[in-house]
Amino acid sequence: MAGTRTVTYELGTPAVDAQGRPAREPLTVVGDGEIAGDRMLINIGPQHPATHGVLRLVVELDGEVVVRVIPHVGYLHSGFEKLGEYRHYNQIIPLTDRTDYLASMSNNVGLALAAEKLMGIEVTERCKVLRVIACEMSRIISHCVWAGTTGIDLGAFTVFLWLFQERERLYDFIEAWTGARLTTSLTRVGGLMADVPDGWTDGLRRWCGRFPPVLDEIEAMLSKNSIWLGRTVDVGVMSAAEAINWSLSGPMIRASGVPFDLRKDRPYLGYETYDFAVPVGEHGDVYDRYLVRMEEMRQSTRIMLQALDRLPDGPINVSDPRVILPAKSRAMSDMEAMIFHFKQVMEGVAAPIGEAYQAVEGPRGELGTYFVSDGTAKPVRWRIRPPAFINLAALPKMSEGHLLSDLIAINASVDIVMGEVDR
Amino acid sequence: MPANHSVATLQARFGDAVRHAFVSCGDTVVVIAAARVHDALAWLKSTPGEQYDYLVDLTAVEYRDRERPLEVVYQLWSLERKVLLRLKVELPKDQELEVDTVTDLWAGADWLEREVWDMFGIRFRGHPDLRRILMWENYAEGHPLRKDFPLRGRFSRAEQTRQALSGDLEAHYSLEELAIKDVTP
Repeated sequence: MAGTRTVTYELGTPAVDAQGRPAREPLTVVGDGEIAGDRMLINIGPQHPATHGVLRLVVELDGEVVVRVIPHVGYLHSGFEKLGEYRHYNQIIPLTDRTDYLASMSNNVGLALAAEKLMGIEVTERCKVLRVIACEMSRIISHCVWAGTTGIDLGAFTVFLWLFQERERLYDFIEAWTGARLTTSLTRVGGLMADVPDGWTDGLRRWCGRFPPVLDEIEAMLSKNSIWLGRTVDVGVMSAAEAINWSLSGPMIRASGVPFDLRKDRPYLGYETYDFAVPVGEHGDVYDRYLVRMEEMRQSTRIMLQALDRLPDGPINVSDPRVILPAKSRAMSDMEAMIFHFKQVMEGVAAPIGEAYQAVEGPRGELGTYFVSDGTAKPVRWRIRPPAFINLAALPKMSEGHLLSDLIAINASVDIVMGEVDR
Repeated sequence: MPANHSVATLQARFGDAVRHAFVSCGDTVVVIAAARVHDALAWLKSTPGEQYDYLVDLTAVEYRDRERPLEVVYQLWSLERKVLLRLKVELPKDQELEVDTVTDLWAGADWLEREVWDMFGIRFRGHPDLRRILMWENYAEGHPLRKDFPLRGRFSRAEQTRQALSGDLEAHYSLEELAIKDVTP
């Protein structure tokens, strides 16, 4: 194979600079062996564990160096946006579970916020705080999966086990709240499907106390690990200007040094009242994306603790019988409640003529929902602004010129969920 | 809520090309003539005071009313000024469904324009690689997000299965497209 990789790290802890960051020494590819110039075409996926779903990559190689990457997506295309045009707004919520199944709760919240913006509904305080908790739980779960699977891609299995244990614990909380683990369908237009059960907040608070030490352990294992550094430092670099030009969002753009976080820049659910920091990288490589996501998990834990502290009593739903279903017992005993129940189930909730775009900061970036309404109970157009799809579009840009093994690391660093890429 | 100041500046700069502007649910929307949309976006991206440097989304809308034109929708965001703006282009159905590409302004528009072509059949003049993206290359049923496209597709399930099984797997991606020499098939 042409191209020999010179890894300049010694085993053990590499030097760190004044900020405690590991000193960065570029990996170099030296020599152009005898078969340089011969191109090889290889196909990765769609069924391949390192493509995180059904992504297919056609890769043109010169020796071990990637000359060109052509991604093929669409294997998981389900026509969600088309299906949404045939459904009432509340009936779309189960579809959002299935787009990004690693962060279904933040998808549920994104859709509900957009529908509420369209209909001019302001949700209750308790609902807002619970939705913040739901969004941050989703972020932690999604980042846990990201760190675990990226570790596996790069040969570190332990991270997966440690983080999936914590993820399971969080899923237990989600199951106690919504009755489901992955397909939560948590929100309703104007509220939530259920309030949290008794004792739930105390349990979550205990979990928030024990989670950061797990992150410490993982960072102790990875952040200055010479193998991890060798595989991630200066791999897949995107400059700030490139990240903006490619419309990257979420940890991908922040790792490139652009402090773009919708929770700060376009606050929703009262995020401007929470005290948290937005981690920003400097070099835009895989290593910085790792650091950004690890720090985001800590910050999400902070937000969750603040939300648990301020969680007010009160209703979770708005008190509008045209929007929120009456309690089942009332629907069975009270004539008026039964009429409202019937009309909502049969006719849905009509939105006024207009259009609304509302985005939330999902784990992968700007998760936007764009609704166009013609005054009926079903949207004319339901558009998901898919952060993973747009981030993945930059994969060829990031990986061309790198080694084939780096392509796997770069692809992992994008944090794709094919359900959302293909919709 | 007052409209975004870019409505006035766009009207001053592009005159009649700005068809109309409105505010819906707090979002400012500007409808602009198809012939000038590329100029307008380039101007919005680079002019100080506007600085819409981030293309949030590019999509299309078709209304249930068959008479209404299709719309191509550009969601813009200014990272510097933290302002959203939505630009729209109307494409009447009796004319060519075509608009200039913005891939020269934002690289991120590449896949988004391919998706709009795939789902709505709107062509982007000057796009470097306008192939289908979510549906497969030889998908023959049309453009799924058009309102005249039935929810279950145009072909029967049996026909879809037959096509899927009889299709040449390599046709999905040909070596000619890659233009790679010295590849043994």
